[in-house]
Amino acid sequence: MIHRHDPVDEALAEAHRELFGRLVGWLFRRDGDLQAAEDAVATAFAHAVTAWRAGGVPGSAEAWLRVAARNAAVSAARRRTREVSVAPEEMTGMTASDDAVAEGAPTPDDVLSLLFVCAHPAIDERLHAPLMLQAVLAVDAARIAAVFLVPPATMGQRLSRVKIKIRDAGIRYRMPPAEELPGRVGAVLRAIYAAYGSSDALIDDPGGDRPALRDEALRLAEMMVALVPEDPEARGLLALLLHTESRRPARFGEGGFVPLASQDTRVWSATLRRRGDAELRRAAAFGALGRFQLEAAISAVHSARAETGVTDWQAVVTLYRGLLQIAPSVGATIGAAAALVEVGDVDEAARMLADLPPSAVAAHQPYWVCLARVEAARGRHVEADAAMRRAIGLTTDPRVRAYLVGRSAQGLH
Amino acid sequence: MQFAILAMEAEADYADRIDPDHAEAYWASWAAYVAALQDSGIMSAAAGLQPPGTATTLRNRGGDVEIQDGPFADVKEHLGGIFLIDVPDLDAAMAWAARCPAAARGSVEVRPVLPPMS
Repeated sequence: MIHRHDPVDEALAEAHRELFGRLVGWLFRRDGDLQAAEDAVATAFAHAVTAWRAGGVPGSAEAWLRVAARNAAVSAARRRTREVSVAPEEMTGMTASDDAVAEGAPTPDDVLSLLFVCAHPAIDERLHAPLMLQAVLAVDAARIAAVFLVPPATMGQRLSRVKIKIRDAGIRYRMPPAEELPGRVGAVLRAIYAAYGSSDALIDDPGGDRPALRDEALRLAEMMVALVPEDPEARGLLALLLHTESRRPARFGEGGFVPLASQDTRVWSATLRRRGDAELRRAAAFGALGRFQLEAAISAVHSARAETGVTDWQAVVTLYRGLLQIAPSVGATIGAAAALVEVGDVDEAARMLADLPPSAVAAHQPYWVCLARVEAARGRHVEADAAMRRAIGLTTDPRVRAYLVGRSAQGLH
Repeated sequence: MQFAILAMEAEADYADRIDPDHAEAYWASWAAYVAALQDSGIMSAAAGLQPPGTATTLRNRGGDVEIQDGPFADVKEHLGGIFLIDVPDLDAAMAWAARCPAAARGSVEVRPVLPPMS
């Protein structure tokens, strides 16, 4: 356990934050075994805790850890082939002068390639985010399991199996060719968004609030902007997360859940809002619109209420129309319908919802919340009540459930 | 696959059933949950149970039947409802367990149902 109160522990924590993924990517580049790479880097950090506390932080933390990780990998490989291994005490005595193992030091590209491996098209999309969180940020499998609502052992098995596939199916370290890059970056961005804990355009509506790895997702989004600074969508995703994060403190107050429209804008973070706006402007300068930039723009319109006092619903409708053209999704349709109700176009809102396939919305809570609102706006109160009841039954967050039950009891939707 | 969702309710849940300030919200949450299970077409059986104070527990040891007034064990959470659902896999069953009102203060157990005995 790392306690952050003395310089050594601070250095350990910082090295872990900055270098874990880079070292894993570097080892993976050498032998293509993700699990072995993760284990070796984890072992290196475990030794660093002991060694640095005893002898101080080495001049180059990165070089020290690189040597230790490399030795741990060699030692583990030998153990697998029943040869003599390097004793732990030998490792802790190492210095960075072992440059026989340098073979090209880890670079930021090692992190990027590792992200591309984790979000590889040959890997089940649902495992992209868990893989990234584990390989790049060393997030504990049990925490990942909690976010994706599967038993910890099951998540562990799924991750082990997919790592075996990476090793045996020959998914290797390589930079995708330029023409493939946007698509591959897109897969990484989608996984980061999933890790953030919402894949829903209705992010600020009562669409639940499952436990999420928000800080971790934000760090990955910031990493991506640093790694692919010319990609406007990476900046769009970061802008979206910054805006969403800026309003988060207002979502749950003393009295429980507070929906976006009722939130006290003074509780929103102006700093994060400004960062989000700046990131979105930088993205727009590239002149290549994309899904995340549009979602960020919608989020920015909501955030702007802090400065203007009003929400420009017409702008929200326009942005959703654009989003539905380039990246149609259930979430975007629901968001568009909710915005159409606000501008008084309830019939089109009802039509949009009616066009969604029943199988896609049967257990999708935000759809029923939105349908209740649309039906109420059309004066169909029996249908609105039924939709509201269905929404309550599908709600996971107890605070959101309590809010909806309260609204329902007052005959509101 | 068939799963049983066992809603283990906390003392506070049982208290809410009869508390004038909370009863309406309590029952509304459950009614909505059952309706959602039903409307999704996955529920094959459901039973809500009277509170643990109404339980009678029996043990048969070597022909002597021992009858105890009350639940079988003195624990903080007691079974308050059972739902049998048919969903593709454990992930889907867990999503429904997470929505169960008992999960907020008590706990919800998910168990695969045994195949029918031949």
